[in-house]
Amino acid sequence: MFTISTAPHMSSPVTTQTIMRDVIIALLPAALAAGLIFGIGAVKVMLTAVAGCVLFEYLISRYLLHKGNTTVDNSAVITGLLLAFNLPSSMPVWMILTGCFMAIGVAKMAFGGLGKNLFNPALVGRVFLFISFPVQMTHWPRPSWGDFLNTDVQTGATALGILKHLDVQSSATALSDQSSALSELPTYQEMFLGYMGGSLGEVSALALLLGLAYMLYRRVISWHIPFYYLATVFVFTCILWLYTGNIKYDPLSHLLSGGLILGAVFMATDYVTSPLSTGGKIFFAVCCGLLTVIIRLYGSYPEGVSFAILIMNAFVPLIDRHFIPRIYGTGRH
Amino acid sequence: MSSKKTFSIGGIHPDKFKITADSPVREAGLPEYVYIPVKQHIGAPAKILVQKGDKVKVGTLLADADGIVSADVHSSVSGEVTKVEDIEGEFGWLETMITVKVEGDEFEPAIDRSYDVIKDIPYTPEEIVQIIREAGIVGMGGAGYPTPIKAAVPHEKKPDYLILNGIECEPFLTADDRLMIERAEQIIVGAKIINKVLGIQNAIIAVDENKPEAIEILTNISRRYVGVNVQVCATKYPQGGEKQLIQAITGREVPPGKLPIDIGCIVQNVGTVYAIYEAVMKHKPLFERIVTVSGDACARPGNYLVRVGTPASFLIEQCGGVSEDVDQVIFGGPMMGTSAVNINAPITKLTSGILLLSRRITARPEEGPCIRCGKCVDVCPMGLRPFAIASFVRDNLYDELKPLRVADCIECGSCAYTCPAKIPLLDYCKLGKYELKKSK
Repeated sequence: MFTISTAPHMSSPVTTQTIMRDVIIALLPAALAAGLIFGIGAVKVMLTAVAGCVLFEYLISRYLLHKGNTTVDNSAVITGLLLAFNLPSSMPVWMILTGCFMAIGVAKMAFGGLGKNLFNPALVGRVFLFISFPVQMTHWPRPSWGDFLNTDVQTGATALGILKHLDVQSSATALSDQSSALSELPTYQEMFLGYMGGSLGEVSALALLLGLAYMLYRRVISWHIPFYYLATVFVFTCILWLYTGNIKYDPLSHLLSGGLILGAVFMATDYVTSPLSTGGKIFFAVCCGLLTVIIRLYGSYPEGVSFAILIMNAFVPLIDRHFIPRIYGTGRH
Repeated sequence: MSSKKTFSIGGIHPDKFKITADSPVREAGLPEYVYIPVKQHIGAPAKILVQKGDKVKVGTLLADADGIVSADVHSSVSGEVTKVEDIEGEFGWLETMITVKVEGDEFEPAIDRSYDVIKDIPYTPEEIVQIIREAGIVGMGGAGYPTPIKAAVPHEKKPDYLILNGIECEPFLTADDRLMIERAEQIIVGAKIINKVLGIQNAIIAVDENKPEAIEILTNISRRYVGVNVQVCATKYPQGGEKQLIQAITGREVPPGKLPIDIGCIVQNVGTVYAIYEAVMKHKPLFERIVTVSGDACARPGNYLVRVGTPASFLIEQCGGVSEDVDQVIFGGPMMGTSAVNINAPITKLTSGILLLSRRITARPEEGPCIRCGKCVDVCPMGLRPFAIASFVRDNLYDELKPLRVADCIECGSCAYTCPAKIPLLDYCKLGKYELKKSK
């Protein structure tokens, strides 16, 4: 007996699982960098977040939704890693697990699971933790190269925190205070390699760009969202910097610090929560870039990437309605 | 030869599997019986002229075209008509077929069996169209549209492009490739014949990049023929789709509901053009064609010159038979062909290949949820949104389908091939088209 099927009779070797596997591979350089920079604390946070996300998805899909085990697609591993990348290495385990529950249980499974969620689950988890536990979420251990077991961890502000602080003080404090604050600012080289305080996965631009290169090579994502997001932030801050000459607008610091590259490469490119068409992707990325700069410079938080992407996630259905491909043989778009 | 061209919307790059590209065409030989369907084309079945007991020769008219949209059917063998009845076809559906018991191999006397290339066209355009009609020629690229209708263009619609479709973008198939290599000059003379009918002087032979031998031979010979040029196209699926090829070559697009002639283009498959040459110059009706027998589970793949009506199983036996490994037998290519229920079904004028595929090729992982990757939108060569069509069809929201223009779907299968969640997107598109048609 032969198998009878409708055409096409062959299919691409690319499946949901292989795509998710490629994203996990692309996240590995940043995970490795986090382990090297922040030591055992980072490893603990990553393991907890991944285990928590997979466990919650398993329990919910199996016992609440009766859909069988949906964790086989590996998407929960990615959510777990991305959530960990958005946390400081000193985050307590139980708080991480609450974040996992918000990410998987509320942002993903409550909407119907993979493919149905409106908001990026990892970002929802992070913002929940940020609002619920502001002290722990802004407690940034310094890099501890060579001290893997974290015997002597110091904490300090992030580069963006320093820039923000500078802004608040500038009118009231003396110039000497400003220059001492500036001296704490990491050099561009330190920022690029990741030798600075911050969330686990956001610090090393180099590791994140390696991941981006791998995803582009494997054609997991197109270049449009990362490029237009980063370019928008760069150009916008460049204009402000050239116009005012104020160090707080320094475009390279804005590009290399905070969660910008992590967000532009791994969060804003999430298939489920980003637009489908190239035009839509560009519009989405430019808006994310503008919102990020506005929140960073004029909002009450030093960091704006998470909020910017979540706000734009909400607009994706509208963007998709507007940017539809041109149908062959018709002039209209 | 200018730089290579391609269509601009969508497209995919499946593995090529052109394992028979270097196998010269061999004669398949004669089976014991042939089963000749009276409908091997789009339109009305031909009217049967013979009955049980009649003696026929190779090329004898068996059934006459019933109206304009229909085609003559000729005997492909000599012998005796033993049955005229409904027989199970490749899908397992009953089709009216004329069964001929093969006795010897006697041709109708008018048929010129030599391989000499004849170049002078002694007929008027009207006579040529009549010859094409009487030879039962249909579009051999797969559509099966009766060729005389396409050739006899009304005078007010004079085309400015004649495009010969030498693109064979389906994986595995090499029938057109071998034809272009082995019968290059005949194809070019065929193009001049169509030129004469259309009243134009130029023809473009479009060949995809992965056929260097065909490109070289056609280019060399075309230098001796004024107005015939070879255009290399990128190897991309579905480059051979009529609408895609027209856009690649001319930059024009066929508006929905219109024909290529409405934008000044005529596209003919190279196999059809060769059949036209043979009909006009050799007085030979269409009763045989080149078929690629291949597939990863085929022991001895090759290209065969096969008489219409030959059971596929006869060809398969010559190529090593059906092993344990075979999961599907495909009539046509793996992207658009049909998966056969009955391998004793006959080769028709439209059968470009018989493929024996194993699970290694045909396996399709279980369907998962749509992850909104947008790849189906990126690859659709018509610019449609298959994921959206699928979701409306799944919810029976057929009214929503009209603005999505599901009726424009060319059923190339690029979406279903690409989908990482392995959603059968083409099935949903076909169902949507069907439901829309029904509600009209």
